[in-house]
Amino acid sequence: MYRIVKKEKMNEAVNKFVIEAPLIARKRKPGQFIILRLHEKGERIPITIADSDIEKGTITIYVQKIGKTTYEFGSFKEGDYILDVSGPLGNPTPIEKKGNIYCIAGGVGAAEIYPIAKAYKEEGNNVYVIIGARNKELVIMEKEFKSFADGVYITTDDGSYGRKGFVSDELLEHINNRKIDEVIAVGPAIMMKVISELTLKYKIPTLCSLNAIMIDGTGMCGVCRVEVDGITKYACVDGPEFDAHKVNFDLLMKRLKSYLDEERISLEQYKHMIGERR
Amino acid sequence: MAKKIRKTRVEMPKQNPKGRIKNYNEVALGFSEEKAIEEAERCIQCPDPTCIKGCPVEINIKGFIKKIQEKDYEGALSVIRITNLLPGICGRVCPQEEQCEEVCIMGKRFEPVAIGRLERFVADFEVGQGKKPEIKLQPSTGKKVAVVGSGPAGLTVASELAQKGHKVVIFEALHKPGGVLIYGIPEFRLPKKVVEQEIENLKAIGVEIRLNHVIGKILTVNELLEDFDAVFLGLGAGLPAFMKIPGENLIGIYSANEFLTRINLMKAYLFPEYDTPIKVGKKVAVIGAGNVAMDAVRSSLRLGAEEAHIIYRRSRKEMPARLEEIENAEEEGVIFDLLVNPIEYIGDENGRVKAIKLIKMELGEPDDSGRRRPVPIKGSEYLFNVDTVVVAIGQKANPLVTSTTPDLQTNKWGNIKADEYGRTSKKGVFAGGDIVTGAATVILAMGAGRKSAVAIDEYLRTGKWK
Repeated sequence: MYRIVKKEKMNEAVNKFVIEAPLIARKRKPGQFIILRLHEKGERIPITIADSDIEKGTITIYVQKIGKTTYEFGSFKEGDYILDVSGPLGNPTPIEKKGNIYCIAGGVGAAEIYPIAKAYKEEGNNVYVIIGARNKELVIMEKEFKSFADGVYITTDDGSYGRKGFVSDELLEHINNRKIDEVIAVGPAIMMKVISELTLKYKIPTLCSLNAIMIDGTGMCGVCRVEVDGITKYACVDGPEFDAHKVNFDLLMKRLKSYLDEERISLEQYKHMIGERR
Repeated sequence: MAKKIRKTRVEMPKQNPKGRIKNYNEVALGFSEEKAIEEAERCIQCPDPTCIKGCPVEINIKGFIKKIQEKDYEGALSVIRITNLLPGICGRVCPQEEQCEEVCIMGKRFEPVAIGRLERFVADFEVGQGKKPEIKLQPSTGKKVAVVGSGPAGLTVASELAQKGHKVVIFEALHKPGGVLIYGIPEFRLPKKVVEQEIENLKAIGVEIRLNHVIGKILTVNELLEDFDAVFLGLGAGLPAFMKIPGENLIGIYSANEFLTRINLMKAYLFPEYDTPIKVGKKVAVIGAGNVAMDAVRSSLRLGAEEAHIIYRRSRKEMPARLEEIENAEEEGVIFDLLVNPIEYIGDENGRVKAIKLIKMELGEPDDSGRRRPVPIKGSEYLFNVDTVVVAIGQKANPLVTSTTPDLQTNKWGNIKADEYGRTSKKGVFAGGDIVTGAATVILAMGAGRKSAVAIDEYLRTGKWK
């Protein structure tokens, strides 16, 4: 059982949870994730670790309400317990001094890229961050990035904050003005695909963190398989980060939709049940 | 003069096939007391029993059957427990027909004694009486052992060492202990409560189980050695094997591990009451013909598949599954497509599998395994429409522990190198089960665990390494 020490609502869709998990807090490195299961009937879902506090023995995660499990998680309160937390899983981001690093995040991806950006900075890189969201309300962690990054840029689909447009529009402008040594993209698969296509054109090395469906997270089940350079890899143990230019994003996007119908049924049933309780 | 001996074994009642494919309950129902005694009477109590040598953990089979003949079922269980602490599991899933029963003297002329069924009977009898086993523990040695993995090898090691007075902590990666007994073998073949009972028995003798601990990630083997006097690695087989043919990553193509884990561990058959979904559609093809393939194909029927096929590249004779499982599958209506092999998967516009391109095979010369090698017949390709595919062609070694323990030697397949007592290249570290041998059976993993436990105990007491 893993206690929720702190819960903070970032916006309508995203909650921040600080969870007691001392061993994971001590071990985790930027880029790694946990797999959690809320309760006995719950599914196992992967969530990137955004931060940790070794002294307090806690890890921090940001959870966006998308499907049934993440909606239900949103109803958990401070002091509640999560039944299972397993981690840290996946390989850490290879952090090296490279020069100018661009961290591109979509939506809740900002929380996931935060520890990576910070680690790149601590390694002596110049770190620039581009955060994209549908609207101003959904932009998270801007302040946290501004505390250390060399530049923080916001784009929104509706123009309610920052540049109206996509992260790729913003990145393109920077590509034209600055030598970029590496790009790392974390967010929805389509966003990572668009960024990857752009940076391929300009031959900028690019990493992306793949958000495949997972169960055990130890390489045992193989549901997270992705194609990288035409070879099947397991996102959980070979990744989650890969050379974006070699990733088959179309396959990833299709596989993410494997259970679209079931996810809808599950969420509708959950919302119905919540409604009845009220 | 002795009474006449029954030539054929006493049948064990089973759920009828039509009914059972609509539920997950155990198929084989076990012996009643009367049937157990009747079968036990068939054992002629050979002066020099061969059955014991046929058992990987050398259960005193003659001894426990004698106790059944005397209606002393507790006594029978005590005899089994001297060498095997998981009789309820072994009685169900051991391939007795190629072990103890294969060498049973009775089997030379008649049917061999149904040793597995009798083992199961005494284990179930105890549970039915609501009794807990009385296990004598030796005084504490003050030594600590970390057991990584709670499958059959790990459970056996833990049990043996706890009885010898050592403190044992099991580290399990998943949220439930039991390894393949929980995530892999279906309820209808091995009820989870049987496994849970055995694990409760372990806890009762002081074994501690830490769940959600992926060793190699949350703690390395070297870190374990800081806190423990010895480490046993019973990691299991790990990574599912695929055929590396086009289209294998289409939606609807599962590894057997994924398919069975969704069902057994995550209870996807109860979706949406449980959150984990599974999709089977009307027509399912399972690639492979081992026990795992039989588990998968029979599970698919219970999930509502109208047509369930086994696709196997060799002939019936070479199928590696237990005969009993093949017969169960046949009774339930599984269709066997033999001497065919997938060469490609075809998907629809959403990336979901819709057909397999199969090629017909014929058997050529024997290969390394001694079985005749299947050879494709040129030009015999055809399309086989399907909604779901389960690939059950074996597993490879999981690298999470070995890649974080550089001085732990592995072979070219990534399996940990260990001697017959499980001693690895690293002092204080033992290994056994599938991670050493490659994918095998529950009882072989338990046999390896038992041997390792002897060596670990010796190492803990003497400090001597090899």
